[in-house]
Amino acid sequence: MAQVFPPLCLAANEASMKDMLDEVSSLAPQSAWINLAYLLAAVLFVLGIKGMTHPRTAVRGNLTGSVGMLVAVVVTMVKVGGASGLALALVGLAVGGGIGGYLAVQVQMTQMPQLVAMFNGFGGGASVLVAGAELLRAATLPAVGLVAAAASGLIGAVTFWGSLVACGKLQELELFRKPLRFFGQQIASAALFLVSLLLAAWIVSGSEWAYLLLVCVASVLGVLLVTPIGGADMPVVIALLNSYSGLAAAATGFVIGNNVLIIAGSLVGASGLILTQVMCKAMNRSLMHVLFGVLEAAEGSPDADDVYEGKVKSTTAEEVGMLLDGCQRVVIVPGYGMAVAQAQHAVHDLASQLEAAGTTVEYAIHPVAGRMPGHMNVLLAEADVPYEQLKEMDAINPTLAQCDVAIVIGANDVVNPVARTDPTSPIAGMPIIDVDKARTVVVIKRSLSPGFAGIPNPLFAADNCLMLFGDGKQVMLDLVAAVKEN
Amino acid sequence: MDPVTGLTIFVLAVLVGFEIITKIPPTLHTPLMSGSNAISGITLVGALLAGEGYIGSTLAFVAVVMATINVVGGFFVTHRMLGMFRKKD
Repeated sequence: MAQVFPPLCLAANEASMKDMLDEVSSLAPQSAWINLAYLLAAVLFVLGIKGMTHPRTAVRGNLTGSVGMLVAVVVTMVKVGGASGLALALVGLAVGGGIGGYLAVQVQMTQMPQLVAMFNGFGGGASVLVAGAELLRAATLPAVGLVAAAASGLIGAVTFWGSLVACGKLQELELFRKPLRFFGQQIASAALFLVSLLLAAWIVSGSEWAYLLLVCVASVLGVLLVTPIGGADMPVVIALLNSYSGLAAAATGFVIGNNVLIIAGSLVGASGLILTQVMCKAMNRSLMHVLFGVLEAAEGSPDADDVYEGKVKSTTAEEVGMLLDGCQRVVIVPGYGMAVAQAQHAVHDLASQLEAAGTTVEYAIHPVAGRMPGHMNVLLAEADVPYEQLKEMDAINPTLAQCDVAIVIGANDVVNPVARTDPTSPIAGMPIIDVDKARTVVVIKRSLSPGFAGIPNPLFAADNCLMLFGDGKQVMLDLVAAVKEN
Repeated sequence: MDPVTGLTIFVLAVLVGFEIITKIPPTLHTPLMSGSNAISGITLVGALLAGEGYIGSTLAFVAVVMATINVVGGFFVTHRMLGMFRKKD
C-alpha cells in the first residue's frame, strides 16, 4: 500500500485519497466473504456427492448439492450487482430454469441417457461460451488463463457436439441409426486433434481470435469421435462425456480464477472417469478400443444353425408357471430388451406373486444392462422394485448354482457363456452373469436373433435352458396368470 | 490467481472425487451421473460473471441459459429418480 499511495500524494489530495482507501477496504472483506461462500458451496458439493453412497441418503445428498449451487449463484449475483446486468442474468436463469425443469419433468426413465447426454452437452457448450466471452473482455489474460481458455474451448466443444450426436443416437434418430464410419476416420480425428493443439498454442502465443477456429475444429472432432460408436458402447460414451463436461468447467475455473469452478469441475471429471472405467471393465474393452476400435463379429465364430440345431427347447407360459411353483429361489436377469418391451411392471408383478408364495426373488443386474451406468436399476426402481433385491453381478454370480430358476428377459450377450469358454470370441473375457449354472434357465426372447455382439448364444441350446418366445410384456402377463392359477 | 494454487486445488479435488465416488454403489450410478452433471453446470457462475460489450454479453447470456438448463434440469431429474428408490416394505 505504501508504494502505491506515497504519503506525499496523500497530503496533496487527502479527501479523495481517503475515499479510495475506504473503497479498497470495503472491497477486500466483501471479496473475502464471497470466496468463503464459494468455499461453502464447494463443501456442499462434496457432501452432496457423498450422500449418493446409499439410496437412503441420496435424496438428501442431491438436495445438499443443489443448495450448494444456489449459494454459489446467489453470491455471484450479489457480486455482479448493477441493475441491468442483474436483469439480463435473471432472464437467462428463468429461461434456462424453465427449459431444464420442463425436460426433467416430462422425460421417461427409458430416455434418461439421452437427457443426461443433452445436459452434459449444454454444460460443455456453456463453458466454451464463457471462455470465449472472457477472451473478448480481457486482452491481457495471463498465460495460464490462455492455456485454460484453449482447454475449455477444445474440451467444451467436443463435449457439446459429441453429446448432441450421442443424444441423437440414443433417441434413434434416422440420421444416426447406423454407426457412421468412413475410411481413415481415425486418422482424420487424430489430425483434427493435432490441429486443435496447434491452434491452442497459437492462442497462448497471443492470437486470441484463433479461439474461434479452435472451437470450429473441436466441434468437427466431437462429431467424428462419437458417430462411429455403436449402441452397445453408449454407456462408455455417456460416462466419458460426463467427465469431459466437468473438466471443461474446471478449465473455465482457471480462466476466470474461480476456485468453486475448479473444485466442482474436477469432482465431476473424476466421477465421469471412474464410471467410464467401470463400464469398460464390464464390457472387457479398453477405452481406446471403444473410441477407435470396431466390434467385429469374429471370423470362424460358430454358425448359428450349428449351435442351435435340434437342441433348442421351446416352452409355454403354463409350463414355466408349473416350474416356478414351489421354487425356493428365483433370479431374474433383465436386459434392455425388457425396458423396450415396457415389461418392468409385469416383471415386478410376477416377482410379487412368487414372493407371496414364499419364493425368494432377486434381480441380477449386469453393469451394462441399460444404456448408461446404473440405468437398469432406475428402470426397475420406477416399477417399484425395492433396491435391496437388485444384486450386482459380482455379488450374485457365486450363488447362482443355488438358484432354482433363472429368468432371463431381454438380455443376450451378458449371459453368453462363450465369454468364459471361447478365447477367440469377440466377447471373450467379458464378465457375464452365470445363469447357465442355475438349475433351470428360462429365456424370454422374441427369436433366436443375436445381440449386439452378433454371435450365437450356446446357452439357448443348453440342456437346462428353456426358450419362451414372445413379446416380453405379453409373456410376463401370461406368466403372472399361470402362476396365479397354481 | 496463482497457477500453482489453482493446480493444487484441482489435483486435491480430483483425489477427493476419486475417494468418494468409488464408494458409490452401481445401483445409484445413473442418479450420480445426472446429479454430478448438474454440479458441472457450476460454469453458470462463470457465465454470470462474464460478458462485456455487445458480443460478450450475448455469449454470456446464452451461456447462462445453457448452464441453467444443465443445473436445474440435472438436479430436478435426479430428485425424481431418487424418489423412486424405495425400501422393501
